[in-house]
Amino acid sequence: MSTLEIKDLHVSIDTEQGNVPILRGVTLTINTGETHAIMGPNGSGKSTLASTIAGHPRYKVDSGSITLDGEDVLSMSVDERARAGLFLAMQYPVEVPGVTMTNFLRTAKTALDGEAPSLRHWTKDVKTAMAQLRIDADFAQRNVNEGFSGGEKKRVEILQLELFRPKFAILDETDSGLDVDALKVVSEGVNREHSKGAMGTLLITHYTRILRYIKPDFVHVFVAGRIAEEGGPELADRLEEEGYDRFTAQSAVEA
Amino acid sequence: MADTTQISPDTTSEGERTELGRYADKARIGAPSGTADTRAVIDGFTEEGESLPGGDDGVEQLGFKKHSHGNAPVVPEASRGERRRSFDLADFPALTGLEEDWRFTPLKRLRGLHTDALTGAAPAVAVGGAGNVTVETVGRGDARLGSAATPEDRVSAAAWNAFSEATVITIPRETVADGEVMVTVTGSAREAAAQHILIHAEAFSTAVVVLDHSGSATLAQNIEIVVGDGAQLTVVSVQEWDDDAVHVSSQQAKVGRDARYKHVVVSLGGDLVRLTPSSIFTATGAEVEMYGLYFADAGQHLEQRLLVDHAVPNCKSRVTYKGALQGDDAHTVWVGDVLIRKAAEGTDTYETNRNLILTDGARSDSVPNLEIETGLIEGAGHASATGRFDDEHLFYLMARGIPEKAARRLVVRGFLTEVIQQIKVPALEERLSASVERELAAGNL
Ligand SMILES: Nc1ncnc2c1ncn2[C@@H]1O[C@H](COP(=O)(O)OP(=O)(O)OP(=O)(O)O)[C@@H](O)[C@H]1O
Ligand SMILES: [Mg+2]
Repeated sequence: MSTLEIKDLHVSIDTEQGNVPILRGVTLTINTGETHAIMGPNGSGKSTLASTIAGHPRYKVDSGSITLDGEDVLSMSVDERARAGLFLAMQYPVEVPGVTMTNFLRTAKTALDGEAPSLRHWTKDVKTAMAQLRIDADFAQRNVNEGFSGGEKKRVEILQLELFRPKFAILDETDSGLDVDALKVVSEGVNREHSKGAMGTLLITHYTRILRYIKPDFVHVFVAGRIAEEGGPELADRLEEEGYDRFTAQSAVEA
Repeated sequence: MADTTQISPDTTSEGERTELGRYADKARIGAPSGTADTRAVIDGFTEEGESLPGGDDGVEQLGFKKHSHGNAPVVPEASRGERRRSFDLADFPALTGLEEDWRFTPLKRLRGLHTDALTGAAPAVAVGGAGNVTVETVGRGDARLGSAATPEDRVSAAAWNAFSEATVITIPRETVADGEVMVTVTGSAREAAAQHILIHAEAFSTAVVVLDHSGSATLAQNIEIVVGDGAQLTVVSVQEWDDDAVHVSSQQAKVGRDARYKHVVVSLGGDLVRLTPSSIFTATGAEVEMYGLYFADAGQHLEQRLLVDHAVPNCKSRVTYKGALQGDDAHTVWVGDVLIRKAAEGTDTYETNRNLILTDGARSDSVPNLEIETGLIEGAGHASATGRFDDEHLFYLMARGIPEKAARRLVVRGFLTEVIQQIKVPALEERLSASVERELAAGNL
């Protein structure tokens, strides 16, 4: 079993207007087999948390720690974090010129495992995973995310999740921009991987919709760079009814 | 611009053909003047048709952007078809740098190719490979010289007037060359020199000719190419010069009836390399493919200006050039002129240029020009896009476990392989792939 532990994390970014603090003390522990949903209004810092875990250079960690089974994640480079078992399904996956999906997937798998996958099995695995996610076979020959629709990009993120088999998956609004059918397909992908029992999941979302398909064990409400409230799945139901107003009003009073 | 219609090139982009009915008689698509400064912005590698002056100048963070056009004072050219062609140097005024066809070239770095008598020793030429082709060294009086190509600019005319002996390679009629014809051009002197090579693929012959340039030189060169009726000729021009070399080369081909001509440019080494390959259709039924790959490092200027002259009916042309740039003041230029003359009914043409900027401080200019003088054609289109490999691309790949250097290589290799694969000479493909790897390594990528 693995543990991803975030302790009192403070993160800021440098903008033209100067340094802006975004995360203001986030503490969160995820174990293998658990699904944690992070819910919060726009701009509350959800993507900042996800990107900071993955090591995006834009985000500056001012204090606090992130560890994976006790190893200091913050001292690892972006690729080292991925090889340590962290996977970020991005909110806005970029298009990478010049690299076909096939080439990209094989190169990444080789880097993650430290050895090239057996060609026969790999080709089959990719095909199967693509079919399950209803991704057209010809996507394999297209450049990474190039010209993919928003929904296609999200499926391709989950395709990678299933092929790379991380210890911890951070899904940053994987549900946004998906229609109901696509949402189901993508959720099934996450559930398939989760059910193998070797992954912990941090599911970031703005809406409760995806929680009908992916059942969280814990729900954290994120407001203004902090976790404002935590609970079980029932908290999501409350949010569905009440929205974030209660929390945003509260944080305005605090600020 | 006389009676040439300007069409907003925004109407053409990848995958979209110019619809002929709409553009009555004479049309010119593309940018006849202005700078195409390509720093990019549209997310991803979206293809863009060329945009006219007044277009989008924005420079933004990610991805790709259309060309924008500056205000360089440039002497306009009415039609590419009317450019002066002459063997007489006096017909070409001294260069100022404002000429349409020289506006991107740093004349100061030509080391006198445009001003001096080209009296230096020409690089050594050695021809090997195929055993059943004829190789001759001839004097300048040989009647065959100048039959296929007429200089179109001052440096080419100067070279024509200065060379002392020429190499003539003939693939005899109906002969299939029994190996690649390897023409090794090795420079060893800095003095400005002239060189002339004639490649004649006679009717129904088949051959691959590789011009392999290396060493150090200041060279003005004319490569004359005759592709006989029904012949199938591939000419590959590889520039792997030393860092200080200056190479200006006109590579004109006359393409005969039902011929197949493939021209491939690979420019990697040299301080300044300027190639002007052209394909001139002289009879119907011929097909031309022109490919190019260039990789500019810090300070390098790699320029290619193409002409495809559809002067006769029912010919087909495809142009695909790809360039990568890395390092301060790496500069590449691609200008693709396609001319569909009044008589060229049934023409089918498409040209595309893509550039990939790997680091800040590099600059890529890309200008497709399409002139259409008849509405009765099969298809005509062009695409041009310049992309930037930026931190977000890098982050994405690294977040999948791929180390930084490997990520950059992955992108460049994937991008350039398409062109290398077109050479179809396995040993050369391997060598050039290795050269690209070396370029990457040299750039600390
Ligand atoms: N590169 C940046 N430049 C300026 N501000 C930024 C940048 N990145 C994030 N921010 C700011 O940080 C705050 C948190 O942004 P973040 O993207 O983490 O929010 P989010 O909760 O993911 O929102 P959403 O639901 O819209 O995805 C916002 O106020 C945002 O404007
Ligand atoms: Mg977000």
